[in-house]
Amino acid sequence: MFAFLQVADPIEQFEVKKVFDLPVAGYDLSFTNASAFMLLGVIFVIALFGYTATRTSLVPTRIQSIDELGFEFVADMIRGVAGEEGLRFFPFVFTLFFFILAANIIGMVPYNFTTTSHVIVTGALSLLVIGIVIIYGLFKNGLTFFRLFAPPGAPWPIYIILIPIEVISFLARPLTLALRLFANMLAGHIMLKLFAGFAVALLSAGAVYIPLALLSFGMGVALNALEFLVAFLQAYVFAILTCVYLNDALHPVHH
Amino acid sequence: MEGDITLGLKYVGAGLATLGMIGAAIGVGNIFGSFLDAAMRNPSAAPQQTGNLFIGMALSEALGILAFLVSILILFVV
Repeated sequence: MFAFLQVADPIEQFEVKKVFDLPVAGYDLSFTNASAFMLLGVIFVIALFGYTATRTSLVPTRIQSIDELGFEFVADMIRGVAGEEGLRFFPFVFTLFFFILAANIIGMVPYNFTTTSHVIVTGALSLLVIGIVIIYGLFKNGLTFFRLFAPPGAPWPIYIILIPIEVISFLARPLTLALRLFANMLAGHIMLKLFAGFAVALLSAGAVYIPLALLSFGMGVALNALEFLVAFLQAYVFAILTCVYLNDALHPVHH
Repeated sequence: MEGDITLGLKYVGAGLATLGMIGAAIGVGNIFGSFLDAAMRNPSAAPQQTGNLFIGMALSEALGILAFLVSILILFVV
């Protein structure tokens, strides 16, 4: 019945294409569209903050106000979760938050590539976070870091069950941290493409289907607004969970 | 014929795997519902708890995402 509906492939937008070849020592390090959009995000963030950093004024200009809001936002987030001590990780969390935010927002522009919709990108970011947590935790606390798996205050028979659960939940952290961002961006962009594709297909199917096409189009617009919220929210969630995990490295004992 | 049944069952399995999202939906709804419930009682304490709100949301959402991942794995990998 609906065989006339020729909807564009919603997965096609995630295809990685080579821009130019770059073989380094036998490895294929080609510059792809993913690299291009990551670079674009980095340049965007550096331009936004570099512009202000070169010309700070006591009375902030508009761009300086945006930058100060960003600084305050990230600093409050770290202070709230990891305390004053966590502020030594401010540059890391700040970079992470704005890199993901820039990648998500750039991906919202039609025909752009969303780098965070690839599990390899988010996986690398989350391994970086967990790597820093483990290395810094062991470096700062030594073997006390492993007290993280045995939160104090429980009666001892509970520990027989509790320690394996805590270890598994610790090991699941990099997985869920990477998958949350990846799956949110992937699912959101597939959904946007599907509704946009439906609108076009129904419009070309005949005059009878125009109300349905309008409905689909309206849904697409609403979903676009939702996706902007998700783009910000996922960057925030990634950054705040980074703070939570860093807090474990800073204070492993009093949970 | 046999291949068709296998393929069909694969899609059924992927569909069933998405049912795991029901739990995540209940969890996320519960978190936001409870947050609003508490925030209406004591609005002045609400802003300090938004961080915890999003941590809770992210943690329960992750389980729904695992269900999504299982269905993607069934569709494209298995």
